[in-house]
Amino acid sequence: MRRKSSAGVVTSTDAKAVAESFLQNLQVQSLGQHDRKLCFELLECLLERYPNTVTPMGDELIYGICEAVDSEKDPQCLMLTFHIVEVLVQLFPDTSGPFASFAGDLFEILSCYFPIHFTHPRGEDLGIKRDDLSRALMLDSLKYLSSCTSNYGPERMAKHARAIWLSIKDALYTSLQEPTLSFTSESLDGLVFQENEIAKEALTLLQQVIMQNNGLFLSLIVEDEDINIILNAVPSYESYSDIPLQGKLKLFAAGCILSISTKTSVACCNMIFESFFPRLMEILGLSEKKLSGDHSPKDNYLISKRLNFGALYLSVELLAACRDLIAGSTQIACKSVSTYETSHCMLHSFSNLLTKAFCSTLVTSPHDADIYFGVKGLQILATFPGDVSPVPISEFENILITFMSIITVDFKKTLLWRLALKALMNIGSFIDKNNESEKILSYMRIVVEKIVSLVSLDDVTMPFPLKLEAISGIGRSGLNYMLHIIQGFEEALFANLSEIYVHGNVKSAKVTIWLLECYSNKLLPWIHENGVFEEVLLRFPINIWKQIESCVDFSVPEKELLDAMMTAMKHAVAFCSEESQNEIIQKSYNVLSSSTSFPLKESVALTIPVQLEGLQLTQKMDNLSCRDEWILSLFASVVIAVRPQTHIPNVKVILNLFITTLLKGHVPAAQALGSIVNKFGKSSTGSEISSDCTLEEALDIIFQLKLWTHLNNGALLRCSVNGSEMGHTDLCQAVVNNKLPQILAITGLSWIGKGLLLRGHDKVKDVTMIFLECLLSNGNALPLSQNSLENSCEQDLRASVMKSAADAFRVLMSDSEVCLNRKFHAIIRPLYKQRFFSTMMPILQPLIMKSDSLLSRSMLYRAFAHIISETPLVAVLGEAKKLIPILLDCLSMLNKDAQDKDTLYSLLLVLSGILTDKDGQEAVVDNAHLVINCLTGLIAYPHMMLVRETAIQCLVAMSELPHARIYPMRIQVLQAISKALDDSRRAVRQEAVRCRQAWASIASRSLHF
Amino acid sequence: MTLGLINANPVVHAKKERVARTEDPHGDDAVDPLDIYDFVRDIRDPEHPYSLEQLSVLSEESITVDEKLGRILITFTPTIQHCSMATVIGLCLRVKLKHCFPPHYKVDIKVSPGSHANEESVNKQLNDKERVAAALENPNLRQLVDECLYSSEL
Repeated sequence: MRRKSSAGVVTSTDAKAVAESFLQNLQVQSLGQHDRKLCFELLECLLERYPNTVTPMGDELIYGICEAVDSEKDPQCLMLTFHIVEVLVQLFPDTSGPFASFAGDLFEILSCYFPIHFTHPRGEDLGIKRDDLSRALMLDSLKYLSSCTSNYGPERMAKHARAIWLSIKDALYTSLQEPTLSFTSESLDGLVFQENEIAKEALTLLQQVIMQNNGLFLSLIVEDEDINIILNAVPSYESYSDIPLQGKLKLFAAGCILSISTKTSVACCNMIFESFFPRLMEILGLSEKKLSGDHSPKDNYLISKRLNFGALYLSVELLAACRDLIAGSTQIACKSVSTYETSHCMLHSFSNLLTKAFCSTLVTSPHDADIYFGVKGLQILATFPGDVSPVPISEFENILITFMSIITVDFKKTLLWRLALKALMNIGSFIDKNNESEKILSYMRIVVEKIVSLVSLDDVTMPFPLKLEAISGIGRSGLNYMLHIIQGFEEALFANLSEIYVHGNVKSAKVTIWLLECYSNKLLPWIHENGVFEEVLLRFPINIWKQIESCVDFSVPEKELLDAMMTAMKHAVAFCSEESQNEIIQKSYNVLSSSTSFPLKESVALTIPVQLEGLQLTQKMDNLSCRDEWILSLFASVVIAVRPQTHIPNVKVILNLFITTLLKGHVPAAQALGSIVNKFGKSSTGSEISSDCTLEEALDIIFQLKLWTHLNNGALLRCSVNGSEMGHTDLCQAVVNNKLPQILAITGLSWIGKGLLLRGHDKVKDVTMIFLECLLSNGNALPLSQNSLENSCEQDLRASVMKSAADAFRVLMSDSEVCLNRKFHAIIRPLYKQRFFSTMMPILQPLIMKSDSLLSRSMLYRAFAHIISETPLVAVLGEAKKLIPILLDCLSMLNKDAQDKDTLYSLLLVLSGILTDKDGQEAVVDNAHLVINCLTGLIAYPHMMLVRETAIQCLVAMSELPHARIYPMRIQVLQAISKALDDSRRAVRQEAVRCRQAWASIASRSLHF
Repeated sequence: MTLGLINANPVVHAKKERVARTEDPHGDDAVDPLDIYDFVRDIRDPEHPYSLEQLSVLSEESITVDEKLGRILITFTPTIQHCSMATVIGLCLRVKLKHCFPPHYKVDIKVSPGSHANEESVNKQLNDKERVAAALENPNLRQLVDECLYSSEL
């Protein structure tokens, strides 16, 4: 038997013979556990592999299986039997076939496994845990029952209705282990059973059987004792926290059952409403009896006592289910009100009261649970679909008004506020989707306009960030609302801006910054995603330019405001299409040329750049007027954000303008330059832009200007750019006057270099060579005839110039949020970082080796650190062996200065990346003692907790190297670690304990299990 | 160990959920009882495959710590009065804390009052460093302790 079941090439006649002899000769249940298991495996195999052979055996086979399966208790066998039954059902799909007559028997066999008692002693079952088993069995059997339901039709199932109902109930109660209710705003429209498969399956089954035979099952539910007990227990607990855990679970289960049965069909909905709704209303204190007596004060009826939680919960569930049912069926376009008569009437008569009751809950109840269901109830009442809604429009408006008053007044109750906002958003998007024009009108009037007015009001009671959250939330729930909101938003923004421009109002500045941030972070992306608002996108930048143009003199002290403005400008421009960008840039160029003091005449720029340069440099550095600076910065923002195809007017002039301004320390100008060279020429070559210039010309302009040679002057070296040699000019003057320009020029150059690097242009080599020569300038510097004071001053200067040159590498390599990224349409060549890394390393390494001056060596390390920490780890791993020694020196160098902590940390992360990689570890082995020396030094790093933590983690990784290698360092590590056990930060201490154990256990056998 | 189990049928309690500490970069990171509890809760009982937490031998409340003076006091409750494993449990605690805290901490380990027949002698034994050191030199005992400490994945 065993042989045959495993052979797999048994012919069908043999299989038949096996099956027959199995059925005739074997009494499966009288065998031992192992043999039974084999029997079931054999059966399973027969059913799965030879369905055509065994199917004709019909009754006999099914009977045999029933017999074999009956009263099986071993868990491993049970798993098999359940699978066998499942396959069996699939083999006999015919409802009138042989299987049908055995359905009843099978149900009996199966139903004895509910509820499941698992008494198997622990540890004997191999890998089958009690929970797994019961879960799998339950899921299978639930699925199986649902497939039975669809196969056998109502009559046959009717016999088993009670058993099925009981099983479903049991499954639900047992599977709901803990309260799954959560009261956050996210769950307001969400599902509850994301993880609980059994409950989900049980409810599906319930829905199916109810759909098939609603009268029977509904009466079971309505008359069910448990549910009635639960309902009767409801009034005894007033609030959520009073209910014991078990009670909560039962309540929740009852809610699920009622909700699913209400959802199933119109008739069910009516029936459930009839039997439960009045009772719930009574518990809530809203029954008609009470109210009919005194009719006149009904409208002013205020619910004085608190609502009962259980009843609140159940009625909200019922409402939700009813709403879902109606919403679902309207799509099938059968919406005669008469079919919903009962429930509809009830809802209609209660809607007013319910609304009031829910509202009062919101105001009075201190409990999260009450508030949650209050809001949910209101939301549901407001989202019954239009024509059949039992809720009149006046109630709808009342609900909106209630929520709005929460938004404007109750902002201190965080949960309530968030729920209300979320509910408003849900209502908004619901009516927008269903196109209910009447409701949309009221929504616009009550919600949207109010919300817009919030922003423009000078109302200080409500925190501004909350206002913005509300406005962006509401805006995002529908196109129409957004259009309206944007309009109001911009009005408020420009009103505030003019306030600032004209009066220098600082308070408005803060508000404006918030507005701008909200605009660029929340509204703009949404507008862009949803589409069609080119004119909206375009309007904002154009209006900003117009406003600036019309304001002739203003002084704005706020740097932050300018930053926010630039960000908003960049985002707005970046989302625009090419045509709109052209329009914007033209407009901005006009403003730039007409209303500023910048020299924009082309002749000047082209013919006498040298004089221009000299002229500019001799002027004071900070002679930019405030307004000029704004215009220039915003212009730079536009340039940064445009697409490559967009035509920039008069490029040469603009290049010159940017170059001169960047030498005054204007970083956005440098970024704009980088952006121009990055996007240049990709599409403009050959087009009508040829009147301007090509990329090569542009670069020539940039590099032929003497600013870079100024730089060289200051750094006292003879450097040739484009072959022009510069001698030392007046040293003194260079020191005094050019101190800033050098550093600024380096910064500017680094952005230009970044632009070139991203597109993979060769010229980036020249740029990096300039940086490198700055770094090395120490060697051949000749401070000739200066006195000592000037000498030391010059030393400082030189150090800071070198430092900025080293830091330029970070600009080159790192990703920038501000410019030259995908969002702003930069041209980015794939793998540019790897490429740059592999060109730079062979150059840097020998330089570091050869460098004999301490200063320039440390600066080279710095540059190295910037490059390596921005390179993808994969690339570094390839070179790990060569890089490790330098990397370690670099770490110890950075260890000295607290200012370098971020660089140090990112470099340490590279090391930790190497150490946790398999190949990386191999590369480290040879230098293990160096690595450990370095890491133990970092354990006590005082300036940054993350560095200490990472260093210890690296040490843990080191403990996995071959023991022979690391054993000698063991004592050293343990000593260093024992200090870290006393660290002031918990995270470090915990890592230290881990590390200590890792290192202690490599020595003693007994410690390692 | 041939004599059979001392407490053959201990009451097993559920493990409490580990509360993730909130990441607060400027928060007070002083050593607190929960820190210590987190280190010792998973130590295995010498004779059952359950942790000290599951057997309710330890709780967070039974640990006090004074960071300024560098003192830690752990009071544990053996599962039964005449438990001969009490000293082993105490020894495990001591070894574990020695690994997890810098040497300047003074650790006192006691059985909770009234929970053990020989309360006084057990306390004395556990806080006598000579006797602790001697016990740890006994290879069998040492192995037992190590098993308890490092086979926490039950």
